[in-house]
Amino acid sequence: MTITVLYFASFQEAAGMGSETLEKPVSLTALYESLKQKYQFKFQLAHIRVAVDGVFVGWQHEVNDGSEVAFIPPVSGG
Amino acid sequence: MKKFQISAETIDGDSLKAGMAHDQAGAFICFEGWVRNHHDGRTVQALGYQSYAALAETEGEKILAEACEKFGILDALCVHRIGDLAIGDCAVWVGVTAAHRDAAFAACRFVIDEVKQRVPIWKKERYEDGSSDWLHPVS
Repeated sequence: MTITVLYFASFQEAAGMGSETLEKPVSLTALYESLKQKYQFKFQLAHIRVAVDGVFVGWQHEVNDGSEVAFIPPVSGG
Repeated sequence: MKKFQISAETIDGDSLKAGMAHDQAGAFICFEGWVRNHHDGRTVQALGYQSYAALAETEGEKILAEACEKFGILDALCVHRIGDLAIGDCAVWVGVTAAHRDAAFAACRFVIDEVKQRVPIWKKERYEDGSSDWLHPVS
């Protein structure tokens, strides 16, 4: 049971990669907290959004086998 | 054609505008965001934009649909660049047509403000001292 995590912008720089395959986590919040610690991401949960399979979701969203998860740090388009 | 596009190519504002011609339109408003050479007092030499394209296009389409609904305009388009840009390049183009100017101005403002807040696109500035930074403004 695995998922794919996508990294963008400073998250990509901190992780040193654009994506990786990980064990399916118990929750999105637990996944973010573990990655935040592992890669020293500088944003608290409250400052980022999360998307699963290309759609913004709430933090309580359940993660399924094979899901693609992306943590979205504050955006700066325009 | 998608109304919201992420593009790795130079934005051709003239042809985007030409494509929006509409017999019921009494107003066309366009906003272009350009790459400027300074940020927070530092000299910027170049910019790079990265996006989560699939999600950016979905969220961008939503914003344009909201603008049509909210302001009763005829049409709205937005193109955002990704990749490496030079000073003066067009980074984002928004075009709105409406029967009257008030709705067109308001909708154009709405679209660019929402795009900046919601769409997963990130800017990396390169400075003259060789350093660079991803911008992540926390509101």
